[in-house]
Amino acid sequence: MRYGFQAEALVKRFGTNTALSGVDFAARPGTVLSVLGPNGAGKTTAVRILATLLRPDSGTAMVGGVDVVRQPARVRRLIGIAGQDTSVDEDLTGAENLVLIGRLLDLRKAEATARATELLERFELTEAAGRRVATYSGGMRRRLDLAASMIGRPSVIFLDEPTTGLDPAKREEVWRMIRTMAGDGTTVLLTTQYLEEADTLSDDIVVLGQGKVIANGSPDELKQIVGGQAIQLRVADQAQASEAAAILAGVAGHAPDQVGPGVLTVPVVGDAAFTEVVRQLAAANIAVTELSLRLPSLDEVFFTLTGRHTAEPEREQEVAA
Amino acid sequence: MTATSVPSQSTGTVPESVKRPYGLLRHSLALAGRSLIKVRRTPEGLAHAVLIPVIFLVMFVYLFGGAVSGNTKQYLQFIFPAALVMTVIISGIMITGVSLNADIRTGVFERFRSLPIGRSAPLIGSVVGDLIRYVISLVTVFAFGYLLGFRVETGFLQALAAGALTVFFGFCLSWGYVLAGVVSRDAAGVQGIVTLTMFPLAFGTNMVAPTDTLPGWLQAWVKVNPASHAMEACRGLLLGGPVAGPVMRTLLWSVGLLAFFMPLAVRAYRRRT
Repeated sequence: MRYGFQAEALVKRFGTNTALSGVDFAARPGTVLSVLGPNGAGKTTAVRILATLLRPDSGTAMVGGVDVVRQPARVRRLIGIAGQDTSVDEDLTGAENLVLIGRLLDLRKAEATARATELLERFELTEAAGRRVATYSGGMRRRLDLAASMIGRPSVIFLDEPTTGLDPAKREEVWRMIRTMAGDGTTVLLTTQYLEEADTLSDDIVVLGQGKVIANGSPDELKQIVGGQAIQLRVADQAQASEAAAILAGVAGHAPDQVGPGVLTVPVVGDAAFTEVVRQLAAANIAVTELSLRLPSLDEVFFTLTGRHTAEPEREQEVAA
Repeated sequence: MTATSVPSQSTGTVPESVKRPYGLLRHSLALAGRSLIKVRRTPEGLAHAVLIPVIFLVMFVYLFGGAVSGNTKQYLQFIFPAALVMTVIISGIMITGVSLNADIRTGVFERFRSLPIGRSAPLIGSVVGDLIRYVISLVTVFAFGYLLGFRVETGFLQALAAGALTVFFGFCLSWGYVLAGVVSRDAAGVQGIVTLTMFPLAFGTNMVAPTDTLPGWLQAWVKVNPASHAMEACRGLLLGGPVAGPVMRTLLWSVGLLAFFMPLAVRAYRRRT
């Protein structure tokens, strides 16, 4: 079977530092694969190899069945990339950046302009199109990066930590955009430090730690392994706390913990529990001011999988002397 | 040969029809266009390259002109051709390395490298953009010289040749700073190299005073400094006097600098990116 992209036994060393020591993963065409891991896990290195920006020391990487080392020029026609190390030009306007990329992708001038206009519209940047990128907010920058990666209608898109450093509202905005990109049938590789992000966006997740794959599977499979999913709610009227606790206990099968005044939390298995709680709260007419299904943090995932906490953050690759 | 079936073409994943000819040229020009947009938007760099020679001209002509040459008009004629060479040196030095370095550091080149364009297109684009920048600064300084009272004593064609020679010299020299921009860790590193080399290169010449009035050790440097030869050639072309010798030496130096720095810069660029 042909994959959207695949990595087999990828190894990459920078001096004495091993960034990847035999990494395998693959994504079926039209799916989203998340590579989840802390700083220094090798995420960016893996993306750069697949995007022909770095040669692996050994192993193979293919995009759309084309070998990235043997035929980098063909691979570059198939891919789009957005990430922290792949930037747009701050001195140019959003529109100028997109038109330039279109021209470099061999679009004629009119085509490049039309494509830029279309993508600016789609990523809600039409108003900012004529402004220098240096004046953009963080969220706008990321959206322009996403638009830039899509100019050539690529069949595979690499998104390297597209939401790192964004506040939660902006993050959701970018997620929404990524969902529409994936909806086009594009195969997406997404790297992230947030389990929540990987969970909400991807079909499959690969957990990377210190250059090795330490787990992989669908979001559900992964959550089964790491557990730790919990419902947390805050009742509007504290008098109803015990009633809400009874509902949670009924759904989860054991009594919830009270972690604050009117705040209850209980571990659950599966996403269905959440909807069931919502349904029963509504039926019992209990108002809540906060209700969330919390996923374990990356650190908790790591601890469950490896018995270690994530290493101290250190800059990935950069040591390429 | 009549009933042969046409073998089904394996189309592969890459639509060949997308490819248009003269890719490297088109891509390099598109990228040169980007450099020019940047010049228009952040004109400080260009302003420096024009202002330094202008301030220098005013200062030297009116402060020292009377003392050195007896009259400022005559001194302007002497110093102006050299100021043109100084203009391209500063233009080339001040922006080329620093902006290339920024492109590499910020990841702009990384994006270009992920596109199906020639590996050297960004480098060529940046240098071609610079060429146009040199022409703009030269024309500006020339116009200013005319306002001050400088007059070409030869002819239009010779003046044009002086301009072309100066731009070519600046272009070849700038590859040294392309190299500096590619290998330096940050902008400050490039700035260091710029300041260290700009003074001996632009001022260690016969620009402000004839070579034979200088002390021996300085004469020795002035005689090898390629900028001196370019200035000498410009004087010849704009004012009359010996032309063939200095022009030849300038061209040889230029080609030499290009042949030396360009391969090094391209190699360093491939390694770094």
